[in-house]
Amino acid sequence: MQLLHDAWLIFLKDVRQEFKTRYSVNAILLFALVTLVAVSFSIGTFNAGSDIKSALLWIIIFFSAMSGLSHIFVREEDKHTADTLKLVAQPTGIFLGKFLFNLVLLCLLEIITVPLFFAVMDFEIKGVSLFISVLILGSVGLSAGATMTAAIISKASAKGALFAVLSFPILLPVIIAGISGTKIAVQQTAISEASGELQMLFAYSVVVITAAILLFDFVWNE
Amino acid sequence: MLNRIWQFGLLLWLSMVIIAAFLWTPLAEGLGEYTRILYFHVPAAWVTVLAFLIGAFYSVLYLVKRNILYDHLAESASQLGLIYCILATVTGSIWAKVSWGSFWNWDPRETSIFILLLIYAAYFALRSAIEHEDRKAALGAVYSIFAFVTVPFFVFIVPRVYATLHPDPLINTQAKINMDSSMLITFLSSLFGFTVLFLWMFKNKIILVKLKLKLRNLR
Repeated sequence: MQLLHDAWLIFLKDVRQEFKTRYSVNAILLFALVTLVAVSFSIGTFNAGSDIKSALLWIIIFFSAMSGLSHIFVREEDKHTADTLKLVAQPTGIFLGKFLFNLVLLCLLEIITVPLFFAVMDFEIKGVSLFISVLILGSVGLSAGATMTAAIISKASAKGALFAVLSFPILLPVIIAGISGTKIAVQQTAISEASGELQMLFAYSVVVITAAILLFDFVWNE
Repeated sequence: MLNRIWQFGLLLWLSMVIIAAFLWTPLAEGLGEYTRILYFHVPAAWVTVLAFLIGAFYSVLYLVKRNILYDHLAESASQLGLIYCILATVTGSIWAKVSWGSFWNWDPRETSIFILLLIYAAYFALRSAIEHEDRKAALGAVYSIFAFVTVPFFVFIVPRVYATLHPDPLINTQAKINMDSSMLITFLSSLFGFTVLFLWMFKNKIILVKLKLKLRNLR
């Protein structure tokens, strides 16, 4: 239980730190808005099909995640608080706390961006609960992969570009399943229709979180 | 001496494979002369996955034993894997153009080989962005293992969930191989030859890496 307690405390610390400066939240929200506006403006009055809109939604989510989810570790390195953090908690607790923070950040982003996307892009779906399940499972997968990769690149130089380059191959199953699940949600309402995608997203999340917990010790103690 | 035997044996074997591929084997319907790509594309793809596996294996060994030699071996395996990955992607693209009309379709198998290419490229980008050698080795090893964990999703799960254009003579639901016997012999020989070629190149890389380490320790 010490582990979960540590994870929760680290999560609270990051939330408090975030509220002081609001740097990550602003960056990620503004990036998502700018991308959404750019997409909507470029498409203009042309009626893109629902397949394309499903893909665009996940592209916006993915790139916003790329811009905002690395701050959690990069900030620790830049402000030199990483060493103190190493003394405070076990690596697994640190990873879980940071993962929870990234998950909450991503969900906050989606709560704001997704309804906007639906409104601005005139995107209609029939299976709302199916879509929300795909979105939540996809967010868990994205956060898990992104948090681990953020930990890896925080110790390197050229962090910004490297983060997207390293994350993309790892997060691709989530993007594939997410886009496909969203396409299905446009037409179908039953959750069983997208069972393949949902199972894949769930399996991916479990595998990635387990692998990350096992490997995080090696990254953190470098 | 043994190296020479291996070298010439390999030369002979692969020459025979190439001759058999071009002169002995029959052609598949619809593909014509382009059937021959099969004997080179599939072994290249198999070797790149093998190289990836070996790279991940040596990465695990490095993290456990912390001997820098293992890190150099993982890097060597990945370098060779990258070469074979490029070969597999290009030959696969040529085959796609001939069979299905376009060079690239984002078919699940095509996507998986491209992702493997991206993983190799990202691995080398990560390594070049870190200067401290031990840190470079450890972080590279972690990324290699982490990426390895996500690859089965592409190779096995995505083609099951989504329809694919890829022919499945080897990995199909009945696990049967539906090839003419001369094609099968040539194909398996090519597979074996490519694997031995990769192992021979890797063996030479190991010698080179060990010599470099020895030289550095002498300084």
